[in-house]
Amino acid sequence: MNNPISDVHKKDFFSSLKNSPSTDEFIKGLWKENPVFVQVMGMCPVLAVSNTAENALAMGLATAFVLLMSNLLVSSLRNFIPKQVRIACYVLIIATFVTITDYAIQAISVELHKSLGAFIYLIVVNCLILSRAEAFASKNTIGKSMLDALGMGVGFIFALFCLGAVREVLGSGSFFGFSFLPNDFQAWILMILPAGGFFTLAGWLLFFNVINERRSEV
Amino acid sequence: MKTESLWYIFINASLINNFVLAYFLGICPFLGVSAKLETATKMGGAVMFVMLISSMCAYGIHALLVAINAPFLQLISYIVVIASTVQLVEMIIKKISPALFRALGIFLPLITTNCAILGLALFQTNKEYGFFESFIYALGAGAGFTLALVLIAGLREQLEFAEVPNIVKGTALTLLIAGILSLTFMGFSGLGSN
Repeated sequence: MNNPISDVHKKDFFSSLKNSPSTDEFIKGLWKENPVFVQVMGMCPVLAVSNTAENALAMGLATAFVLLMSNLLVSSLRNFIPKQVRIACYVLIIATFVTITDYAIQAISVELHKSLGAFIYLIVVNCLILSRAEAFASKNTIGKSMLDALGMGVGFIFALFCLGAVREVLGSGSFFGFSFLPNDFQAWILMILPAGGFFTLAGWLLFFNVINERRSEV
Repeated sequence: MKTESLWYIFINASLINNFVLAYFLGICPFLGVSAKLETATKMGGAVMFVMLISSMCAYGIHALLVAINAPFLQLISYIVVIASTVQLVEMIIKKISPALFRALGIFLPLITTNCAILGLALFQTNKEYGFFESFIYALGAGAGFTLALVLIAGLREQLEFAEVPNIVKGTALTLLIAGILSLTFMGFSGLGSN
């Protein structure tokens, strides 16, 4: 299983990436500081709309878009916003982009808009976006903030997709709406119910804990 | 739309469609502030208060926005109202009980980003509730949120003494408990559907 040569190769590849600061901002959102699995942020949409892979992907994309645009604006306005009212300003910026996203999704697919429901609006109160604005974009240059937002956004999409895929396959026996399992497969209805969301996320967290444990032992 | 009795609205918001365990709203404080029973109770109270005020304001704002025909301002005005209410609550708590203020810490300003409150304002608008119905709906949602928070805080306090494997420690364990709690709340789903 463990080929020592390829392992060395991998390490070199990652360390060469790590040496350049700009890719570092991007990479950290994917794994080391993954917003969902490590920071446990923005849980509400993660659990609520991850009942199918398609919903999860759409939600992830919408959130990533809002994150990117609000990070861009917050970072470019960081020298003009007074410190006392900064949170209110960030929230206003985020709410504006969420309204844009809401109208855009409605224009693209009414069906999707219906199945995501109020959770598009609730992107406003996704703690991930506000915390990136506060902790990163308000202190860093535009370029760095964009990379950070991209990394975090992709990490968020990845996490949502992990959950959505598992829940759809087990809960409805299909993937992106195509059923591929044999007909006598009994779908686990539990997985598309609210409780399934909690269990699936707990399962993924356990999985990552096991991996990290293995790594630290080696 | 069929009119619902106020009692039904209350039970529906607090038990059948519990905001935390059925709608996944307000998961962040649910996971974050639920380590101690006492803090959890007070947090529940604060959230309930913010919910009541912001739901009343949301009712007024919605009527105003319909009158001037500007639905695209809905989200922005709701969030501003919620943020100011939270600021108010923060000042009150700081004045009345500095100890509680320190205990709640960062989670007090974060009530602003508690999806349960914005979700409540949006749902009541969608369901076209009147003034009293909105009030009862907010009361029920707040009670449901507090109930869920207190339940999980109690469970977590008991688990402090249990020996769990290393990999399950932390968030994963809390999520597993939450899942079981959510299953339990599904038992209420038969209520009121006669």
